[in-house]
Amino acid sequence: MTTPILEIKDLNIFFQTRSGDIPAVMDFSCKVMPGETMGLVGESGCGKSTVALGIMQDLGVNGRVKSGTIKFKGRDLNSMSEEELRRIRGSAISMVYQEPTASLNPAMRIGRQLMEVPLIHQKTSQKDAYEQAVAMLSAVRLPDPERLMGAYPHQISGGQQQRVGIAMALLAKPELLLLDEPTTALDVTIEAGIVQLVKELADNFATSMLFISHNLGLVLETCDRITVMYAGEAVEIGEIGAVFDRMRHPYTKSLLASIPLPGTDKNQRPLVPIPGQPPLPQELPRGCNFGSRCPQFLAGTCDTGPIPMLPVSDGGTHMSRCVRIEAIDWDEQPKPGKIHHAVKCGEPVVRINDLKKYYQTSGTAFGGSGASTVRANQSISLQAHEAETVAIVGESGCGKTTLAKVLLGLETATSGDVYLHNMAIGSTETSDRDVRTVSAIQMVFQNPFDTLNPSQTVGSQIIRTLEKFNIGSIHTDRRERMLELLELVKLPPEFEHRMPRQLSGGQKQRIGIARAFAGAPDVIVADEPVSALDVSVQAAVTELLMDMQARMGTTLLFISHDLSVVHYLADRIVVMYLGYVVEEGPTDAVFSPPYHPYSEALLSAVPIADTSVRKTTIVLEGDVPSALNPPPGCPFQTRCPRRQQVPGTLCEAELPPLRTVGPGHRIRCHLSQDVLDSMEPVIQVRRAAPERFG
Amino acid sequence: MSRQAHERVKPGAYRRFPGYKFIIWLQNTLRKGLSGLIISRLGIMLLMMTCLSIVVFYLVNLQPNLEKLAKEQANNRMTEEQVQSWLESNGYKRPISQRYVEWLGAVSRGDLGYSTRFRKNVSDVLPARLGYTGLLAFWVMITMVPTALLLGILAGMREGSRSDRVLSSLSIMTTATPEYVSGIIFTVIFSSWLGWLKGVSKAGDITFANFALPVMTMAIYGLGYIARITRASMAEVMNKQYIRTARLKGLPFHLIVIRHALRNALIAPFTVIMLQFPWLLTGVVIVEKLFNYKGFGWLLVEAAENNDIDLLLSCSLVSVAVVVVTQLIADIGYVLLNPRIRVK
Amino acid sequence: MQQLSASQIFIHTVICFWPVWLGLAVIFTVSIASRQKTGLYGRIFDSKVAMLGLSIVLFWILTASFAELLAPFDPLEQFAALKRALPGIIEQKSGLPFLFGGDNLGRDLFSRMIYGSRFVLLIAPAATLTSSISGVLLGLPAGYFRGRLNTLLSFLANLLLAFPVILLFHLLVTPGVRETIIPKLMAGLIFLLPIIFFMLLFWSRYGARRQLLWIQLTLVMAFAGWIYVGVVFPDAVEAIGLSDLFPGLDPNELNIFVAVVFASAPGTFHIVRGLTLDLRTRDYVAAAQTRGENPWYIMLWEILPNIRGPLIVDVCLRIGYTTILLGTLGFFGLGLAPESPDWGSMINQTRGFIRIVPTIVLPPTLALASLVLGLNLLADGLREESLKD
Repeated sequence: MTTPILEIKDLNIFFQTRSGDIPAVMDFSCKVMPGETMGLVGESGCGKSTVALGIMQDLGVNGRVKSGTIKFKGRDLNSMSEEELRRIRGSAISMVYQEPTASLNPAMRIGRQLMEVPLIHQKTSQKDAYEQAVAMLSAVRLPDPERLMGAYPHQISGGQQQRVGIAMALLAKPELLLLDEPTTALDVTIEAGIVQLVKELADNFATSMLFISHNLGLVLETCDRITVMYAGEAVEIGEIGAVFDRMRHPYTKSLLASIPLPGTDKNQRPLVPIPGQPPLPQELPRGCNFGSRCPQFLAGTCDTGPIPMLPVSDGGTHMSRCVRIEAIDWDEQPKPGKIHHAVKCGEPVVRINDLKKYYQTSGTAFGGSGASTVRANQSISLQAHEAETVAIVGESGCGKTTLAKVLLGLETATSGDVYLHNMAIGSTETSDRDVRTVSAIQMVFQNPFDTLNPSQTVGSQIIRTLEKFNIGSIHTDRRERMLELLELVKLPPEFEHRMPRQLSGGQKQRIGIARAFAGAPDVIVADEPVSALDVSVQAAVTELLMDMQARMGTTLLFISHDLSVVHYLADRIVVMYLGYVVEEGPTDAVFSPPYHPYSEALLSAVPIADTSVRKTTIVLEGDVPSALNPPPGCPFQTRCPRRQQVPGTLCEAELPPLRTVGPGHRIRCHLSQDVLDSMEPVIQVRRAAPERFG
Repeated sequence: MSRQAHERVKPGAYRRFPGYKFIIWLQNTLRKGLSGLIISRLGIMLLMMTCLSIVVFYLVNLQPNLEKLAKEQANNRMTEEQVQSWLESNGYKRPISQRYVEWLGAVSRGDLGYSTRFRKNVSDVLPARLGYTGLLAFWVMITMVPTALLLGILAGMREGSRSDRVLSSLSIMTTATPEYVSGIIFTVIFSSWLGWLKGVSKAGDITFANFALPVMTMAIYGLGYIARITRASMAEVMNKQYIRTARLKGLPFHLIVIRHALRNALIAPFTVIMLQFPWLLTGVVIVEKLFNYKGFGWLLVEAAENNDIDLLLSCSLVSVAVVVVTQLIADIGYVLLNPRIRVK
Repeated sequence: MQQLSASQIFIHTVICFWPVWLGLAVIFTVSIASRQKTGLYGRIFDSKVAMLGLSIVLFWILTASFAELLAPFDPLEQFAALKRALPGIIEQKSGLPFLFGGDNLGRDLFSRMIYGSRFVLLIAPAATLTSSISGVLLGLPAGYFRGRLNTLLSFLANLLLAFPVILLFHLLVTPGVRETIIPKLMAGLIFLLPIIFFMLLFWSRYGARRQLLWIQLTLVMAFAGWIYVGVVFPDAVEAIGLSDLFPGLDPNELNIFVAVVFASAPGTFHIVRGLTLDLRTRDYVAAAQTRGENPWYIMLWEILPNIRGPLIVDVCLRIGYTTILLGTLGFFGLGLAPESPDWGSMINQTRGFIRIVPTIVLPPTLALASLVLGLNLLADGLREESLKD
C-alpha cells in the first residue's frame, strides 16, 4: 500500500472578517496517490481554490486552518516551519494559476523569472539554470525558446503565458502539481492545447496533479478521480467513470442535468435548472447543505444533523455525502420545468449585407506600428428571422462583439448594409435613431457584475429604460410595468428597492434581461449572457431567455463561444473567425459533417461531460493572428490542420468564397468536395445515451 | 461618439492645405518610438511656455501696475498727466503685442532686461541667486527622497502591521506641516529653546549650520507626501498575483520585495518625485522669506512686491521652464520604466 | 502683573471651550447611533482614523460657529500694556487672562486664533467645492469624449498647474489688480460653472418631463442668480441700494477665492478625468448608450455617482490644501486687511518676535497644522473605508 502523495483529512478552513468567522472549507477529506490526477470540481464559492491555497499554506492574513491535517508524503504541512514550507513550495509542490497574465511579473523578463526556480531550490549555476529553463520552454511546446527568455510577459499571448506558467511550475520537478482553473481565462481552442500539454507532461514526468475546475467536461477528459464540492464540503468522491455514470449524490446528478449535453434540446428535452442558490457561508442550514435545492430532500432525514461521507457499494473508493444513497432511485429522470413547442420562424427581421467594420488605431504614446487598421468585420452577410435564434460563434478577436456594436448603434459600419425591418441602421448611431428603432433592438451584456449601475436601485434602472422608450405616460404606469417585468424574470417584487450589490450574479443577469425586454423589442442581441455565471445558474438564465423569447416572439442573436449551449438553443449558427463568416447553417447541419476545418477544431475542443461521447482530437497550433495584420488569402490558413489537403498555394493566395454544401448550409473553404464528403463526425455518441429525460 | 475617434478624416478636404505632406510626415514620426515622444512633448512644452509667458506679460503690464511703477521710479506725487507722459516716454504705451514680441526677441538673444529694483541688468542678478536656490534644492532632494522612499517601502511591504501604522502616522503628521508651519516650529525648537542653530541663513554659505533649518523645513513636508504615495504603491503591488507566484515559488521575503515588488512599485513614486520640483519652487519662496536666504525665491518676491517688470518676467520664465521640463522628464521616465509601454 | 501657571492655563483653556465639547458630544452620539442609515457619513464612524480626523475638523467648525461665546476678548482690541505678553498674564480691567499671550500690538492671541478659524472655514470649503464642481464639469467630458476635447482640456489644465502659485497670487491679489476688470471676469466665469453644472444635471435627466424641469430650472436660476449678482456685481447692487438683500464678499475675499479656485481645479480635473476614462468602458454605460441616452445624462447620472468615493476623499484633501494656500497668502501679506485675525498673516506678523517670546507664534501655527491634519486623517480614513467595500 503506497503512501498517498497528498492526504487531506477533515480539513476546516475559516476566514476572519468583521462580521465574525466564515467557514470556507468544512470537513474536507481527499487522497491523491502518486502519479494520479485528481479533479476538484465545484462552482464559485464552493471552496476549491481555498483548498489549494490551504495546501500551500498561503491563506492570507485572515485565513486559518482551524482543524484537520494536510499530509504531504506523510508529513503534516500545518505543522511545518516557514523555512521548511519555503523549501517545499516551488520544488516539491508547485502551482499553476487561473490568470496567466496577472501571475507573471510584468517588469521582469521571462528568462529571469524561470531561472529563479532552479537557482533557489537546486542552487545551480547561472548557466545551468538558463539551460534548464530553455529546455523546459521547449518541453511545453513554445516556439523559439531562446528569444522568449529575453522577452517580457506582455509580449506573448495568454495561451503562451500559461505555458510559461506551467514551465515555471515544472522546473524543479515537483511531485505534486496544483492547477487552479488553468484554462478558464483562455479561449476554447487554446484550452484544448493546454489540456493536451498537461496530460502529456503528467505522463512524461509522472507528476501527481490536483486539477481544479468548474468545468465537468474538462475534468472528465483529464482526471483519473474526481471530488465534487458544494458549499465548502466534498459531496462525492470516486473514480471518474464511477461518478459520471453511477453518480450517487443529488447535486452531482442535478448538475449534470443542467448542463447542455449532446442529448438535450431546447424544445423536446430542455435543461433542468437547479432551483435556488447556494447557501451563504454564514447561514448554513442544519443537516445537508444542498437540502433546500435537492429534489430528493426528505424532512426528518436530511436536516437532523451533519451528514457524513458514506461509502457507495460498487467496489472501489466511491463515497458520497448523502444519507439516502440506497433510498433514491438513481435512474429516475429529473422532470423538466416546461416543454416548449418549436416556434415557427417568420419573415427576416435583420438583414446584414457585406458588412465591413474597420477601426483606425492611432498608436499609443509610441505604439510600434503607428496608425493602422483593425479589420474587425470583413464582409459579413447574414439574416435573422422573426422568433428565430441565431447563434454567432467564435473566439476572442473574431469580431462578434463588433458586430453586436454595429447592430446597436454603438459603432457605425465602414461599408455594407444593415437592415432592421427594412430600415437601414448600419450608419446610424444610437443617438441618431428614433425611439422606436432604439427600443426595437436591445442587448443583454456579458458581465453581470457590470451590467447594472451600482449606485441606482434595480427598480429605478428598469423604470428609466421604460421612460426612455416612452412606455407608460405617468410614473405609476411605469412602476406597474416594472413590477410585471420583475415577475416575468421570476424575481420577487421586493427587489425593486434593492441595490445591485445585494444581488447574486444570476439575479443581476435576470435584471439585465428584464431591462432588455422592457421595450418589447423585436431583436435581442445577447453577448455571452451566461459565460460569467456559475454552471448551475447558467441553466436557469438560459431557460429564462428562451421563455421570454417564446413569449414575445423576439428574434435572438446569441453570441457565444460555448458550442454546447449553442447546440442546445440555436436554430441557426454562424461561425466567425478573424472577422469573416467561415460557416453558417442550421444547427444540425453545422454540427455534422461537412465542416469548415475551424468549426471542426472548435467542436473537438469543447469539453463534454458525457462518458458516452467519443470525440476526435484536433489541436490547433499557434495563436489567432492579429486583426491588425490578417494573413493573406484564407484567414485560417496559418493554423488549419487540413491545409495540406488543398493543393498548391490556393489557401495563401485567395480568399475562399462561401459555397453551399447543403440546404441553407455554407462553408468558406477551398477544400474539394471529396475531402468534405469524407469528413468524419467529430462528436459521436458511442452507445445509447442514458435516457436523461422520460 | 466613437466615430470621430476611429474613422479616418477624409483626406480630400485637406489635400489643398499647404504643408499637408509635412503634417502627415510629422504625424507618422510622432507615432513612432521614443524620439517621437520627446519631440511631441518638447513641442507642447514650447507651446505651454509661450502661452504662460503671454499671460504673465499681460498681467504684469496691467495699467495699475504700470502707474505704480511710474510713481516709484520718478516721483511719488506725480499727477495723472505726468504719470501718463512718463509711461509714454519710457515706451510703455505702445501696443502690448508689439512689446511682447520685442521682449521675446530680446530674451532669445539673452538680454533679460533691466531690473528696476536692483538697478542692475537682470542677467547680473538672476543666475547667481538661482544658483543659491539650486544648492538648497539639491540638498532638500538628497535628504528627502531616499528617506521618503525607504519609509514608504518599509511601511507598504507589510501593510497593516504595526510598523506600517507607526510609519504611516508619522507621514500623515508631516503632511499637515507646510513650510511656514514646520519652519516656525523648528526655529522655535532649535533656535529659541535649544539655541543650536541660527534663525537666519546666509546665501552662499554652505555649512551644515546654515542649511540645516531650511532643508529640514522643506524636506519634512515633501517627505510625508512621497512616503505615502510610495506606501500606497508598494501595498498595491504586494497584493498582486505575481507576488503570490513569487512567494509560492519558494522565494524568501526579502528577495520578493527587492527583486519583484520594488521595480513595479517605484514607477508611481518616480512620477511624483519629478513633480516635486515645481513644489520646491513654491516652498523655496516661503522658506527663503522665513530664513532670509537670498536666493531665487526671495528674488521673485522682491520683484513682485516692487513691480520690477523685467525681473518678474524673467523669474516667471524660469519657474515655468522648471515646471515644464520636469513634466517632460516625468512623462519620459514613466514610459521608460514601464516595460509594457517601452517594449512592444 | 499676575500670571497663570502652565497647568492653570491648560485648565482654563479646556473650560473655555465647553460649548465645543458639548457640541462634539451631541454630534457624535447622534451620528454613531444612526450610522447605519447615513451612507458614507456613517462609514466614518467605522474607522478610528476617520473619527479622529472628523473630531478635529468638527472642533474647529464649532469653534468658528461659537466664536462670540468662546473668545474672552475682541480680536481687534489692542491693550498697550500687554504687548508681547507671556501666556497666562491677566488683563487688569476684565480680570480675564490672555491665555496664549498677546501679540506685538497687545491683542489677545487666543481670541484672534478663535476668530481666525472663521475666515478659513468660510473660504476653504466654499472655494474647494466650487473648484471641485468646475473640475468635475470639465473632467467628465474630457474622460468621456476623449479625442481632441480631452487633449485640449488636459493641455489647459496642465497650463494652469504649471503656473507658479505664488506668482499667481502676487499677480492677482495685489490691490492694483482689483481696479481692473480681471477679478470680475474671473469671478464671473468661476461662479458660472456651478450654475451650468446644476442646470445640466436637471436637464439631462428630466428633459422629458417638461413641467418638472421648468420648476427645477427656475429654482436653480433664482438661487444661483441671487448669489451671482451679489458676489460678482456688488457695485451695481450697492448703487440700487439693495446691498442688504444680496450676499457679498469683501473684494479681498473675492480675489482670494478666485485665485484659490484657479489653483485647485486642475487637480480635481485630473482625477475625474482618470476615473471617467476607466468607467466609460463598463457595461452599464454601454447599456445607457444603447438606450439612446444623451451623453450628459450618462456622465452626470451614470458615471458621476460611481466616482463619488474618490471624489469625496479628494475634496477633503483639497480643503486641506486650500487651508494651507490661504495660510500662504496671509504669510505673504496678500490676504485680508492686516488687522484681521487670519492665521497666515498672524504667523507672518508675529514671527519677527520669536527670539523674544517664542510662544507668540505658536497659536496660529498649531491651529493651522491641526486643522490640516484633521482633514487629512478624515480623507485617509474615508479612503480606507471605501476600499473595504
